[in-house]
Amino acid sequence: MTVKVQTHNEGSRTVIVLDGEINSTTSGGLQAQLLPFIKAGSEVLVDLTGVSYVSSAGLRTLLIVHRHAQQLEAEITLSGLSEEVRFVMSATGFLDFFRIGDATEGERAGR
Amino acid sequence: MSVQDMSERERVDAFPTRTIGGYRVRAGRPFPYGATPVPGGVNFSVYSDRATAMSLVLFERGAKEPTAELEFPQEFRTGSVHAMTVFGLDLENLEYGFRADGPFDPEAGDRFDARRILGDPYARIVSGRDVWGEEPDWDNVYPYRSQVLNDDFDWGDDTPLRIPTEDLVIYETHVRGFTRHPSSGVRAPGTYAGLREKISYLKELGVNCVELLPVFEFDELDNPRTDPVSGERLHNYWGYNTVSFFAPKAGYAATGRFGMQADEFKSLVKELHRAGIEVVLDVVFNHTAEGNENGPTISFRGLDNATYYMLTDRGEYYNFSGTGNTVNCNHPVVRDFVLSCLRYWVAEYHIDGFRFDLAAILDRAPDGTPLPNPPLLEQLAHDPVLRHTKLIAEAWDAAGLYQVGHFPNYGRWSEWNGQYRDAVRRFIKGEPGLVGELATRMAGSPDLYQGRTASASVNFITAHDGFTLSDLVSYNDKHNEANGEGNGDGANDNHSWNCGEEGPSASAHVRDLRLRQTKNMLAILLTSQGVPMILAGDEAGRTQLGNNNTYCQDNDLSWFDWGLVEGPTANTELLEFTKALIAFRHAHPVLRTADHPTGVDRVGSGYADVSWHGVQAWMPDWAEHSRVLGMMRCGRHAKGGGTVADDHIYVAVNAHWEAHDLELPGLPPGQEWHLFTDTGALMSYGLHPPGSEPRLEHPGRYHLGPHSVVILVGRATH
Repeated sequence: MTVKVQTHNEGSRTVIVLDGEINSTTSGGLQAQLLPFIKAGSEVLVDLTGVSYVSSAGLRTLLIVHRHAQQLEAEITLSGLSEEVRFVMSATGFLDFFRIGDATEGERAGR
Repeated sequence: MSVQDMSERERVDAFPTRTIGGYRVRAGRPFPYGATPVPGGVNFSVYSDRATAMSLVLFERGAKEPTAELEFPQEFRTGSVHAMTVFGLDLENLEYGFRADGPFDPEAGDRFDARRILGDPYARIVSGRDVWGEEPDWDNVYPYRSQVLNDDFDWGDDTPLRIPTEDLVIYETHVRGFTRHPSSGVRAPGTYAGLREKISYLKELGVNCVELLPVFEFDELDNPRTDPVSGERLHNYWGYNTVSFFAPKAGYAATGRFGMQADEFKSLVKELHRAGIEVVLDVVFNHTAEGNENGPTISFRGLDNATYYMLTDRGEYYNFSGTGNTVNCNHPVVRDFVLSCLRYWVAEYHIDGFRFDLAAILDRAPDGTPLPNPPLLEQLAHDPVLRHTKLIAEAWDAAGLYQVGHFPNYGRWSEWNGQYRDAVRRFIKGEPGLVGELATRMAGSPDLYQGRTASASVNFITAHDGFTLSDLVSYNDKHNEANGEGNGDGANDNHSWNCGEEGPSASAHVRDLRLRQTKNMLAILLTSQGVPMILAGDEAGRTQLGNNNTYCQDNDLSWFDWGLVEGPTANTELLEFTKALIAFRHAHPVLRTADHPTGVDRVGSGYADVSWHGVQAWMPDWAEHSRVLGMMRCGRHAKGGGTVADDHIYVAVNAHWEAHDLELPGLPPGQEWHLFTDTGALMSYGLHPPGSEPRLEHPGRYHLGPHSVVILVGRATH
């Protein structure tokens, strides 16, 4: 299982669309791919619509990226969380850290 | 070079030196024990004094057979600790264990068995019982599998709360039982996450400490019995049979199947702390799930039987715990294990305190003799990490060692006060000759805890083990048939009274009396000096249908029915009464003073810190036939006097079947008695909200009905 990363811009913000599973095998590479988008003052939306599962290591990766963003006063929003991903994040307390945002244009189009 | 560069520099020991079993490895570090992620790999460290050979056994998560076995080379051994760093492991898909070879010579204490794969005593998480009650593969070569934990939980600024012990109101509950009932309405019933959803209820109730029945990994399926009627499996529901001491129970986590039980439990603790509620864990160090020589070999027995268990000189297991084996708590290696474990739960899980099951065992020497100065208890009392945690002993064991009042305490330990429980039960039931003892118990049991503070006494009337409060007033006898032992299990000395009819009753008289008796006991509990503990559900009249030993009942008998809290079947009257009593206790520091009252005026108020009264003020009746006691607490003595202001409190208990006209003790000029509650009188929820109690019409007398408690507040009328 891998995680696919695609990006595009929607106005001033960068949208990162992820597809696949975020687990211990994929999360290291994912972190390396995400961090370059986190710049001072940037606005990033991570679309998790295509993510079926986020493991313990995966949640940590997302939180680490979020922490980097905080250091740089960048803003990260997660969107498109499946019910299960959202529940796991809420049960483990990870959800509390994130800004959970509106659907992206892709989601609204029923991608 | 910047600081960041330095922290990102690779370590020179982050490189393998050789290959074993197809894995790149190097000699590890003996500390810390267990599996610790290090740059590039995992450091494994395990103790065994007597093993002749030791291997690390690796599995892919859930696989039937191991992926690899890596024998520890002799040069990877420091003293009797085997340590190896293995590189290139996928932590999330890894399960590991050990295989130890050595002599099988039970008479000498050795029970090595190289056929078994052994769990790591320090495993941070364990898989195998990930979802509560799910049928496992019974032929699994390694049923409870050690796993490596990502321990970088983000606690923010959270820390144990350090609420003074005497200010606690403890609520004893079971993680699963609290929300497993379908009526709980939580997203994941029966889990840490479910409990987290109910924090607002706890806050409203007013408790500031939850004491959780065991949450260290155990096997709910290790009970061989079945229900005698339905034939259904009985569980080990309570969990007093630890499989792994550093691992939170996975089956209590909604996310246990993803291996995220540690995060879920930590998140619960963090949220409870945010609500001002401490977390005390019920811990079971007196025995393990390995049982006697016929029990399963899970970990300790196969790693170093003679170290971990108390053995007779013929190598048989001592059974002071009543469960087959006894942990050798005062062996230096085991002491270190227990201490490390508790430190771990405080440092990594921010736990506020511990209640030690059958704690008397912790002061026995390796041959079972009780020690006058047990090193383990002393060490726990003085440990820097545990310094402000609550240490609460169940100060007896299953082999007749009864230490209530004289458990070695080093000024730190509190005890479950079993004598408090029995005295209140018997007095309220109407037994004669108990007025004097009731007074002593309500004053914090200074007879038992001389030279210690009142917080040494954890006062309780009910606990998980025994009748619920509702059953205590509804059953004369236990009804444990559902446990499958012909009603032979569970305690017989319950001091209960059914108020006239055994079990559920249609009689309004019986039901009224039961409600009153319930309120009477809660009123005494929450106005006594010491630390009150309430059994979850008692505030709403939870019944177990007379079963006083529901250790195996994972069903409606044990689960908290939230219909008692809300809806048409709610016991609103009792619930609101309990809430107000708890609020009353929080509002009156004089009830929460640490020092025992002495019966003299220590602050020049003209009143003793405590005074005792009977039908006549200032004339307590200690006679055999007396069933009335009045207690007055002088508010000027609150918290030792001079620091906080409080009112005078008067509590009178009438356990007699007839009413009595009580003469009330006089108050200083300008003050009058106000009525907080009278359990025998009709008023909304049985009381007036704390702070808005009305003035008594007749200032000097009070007519107290049969089987009733009155609580008055002496203050200036607003």
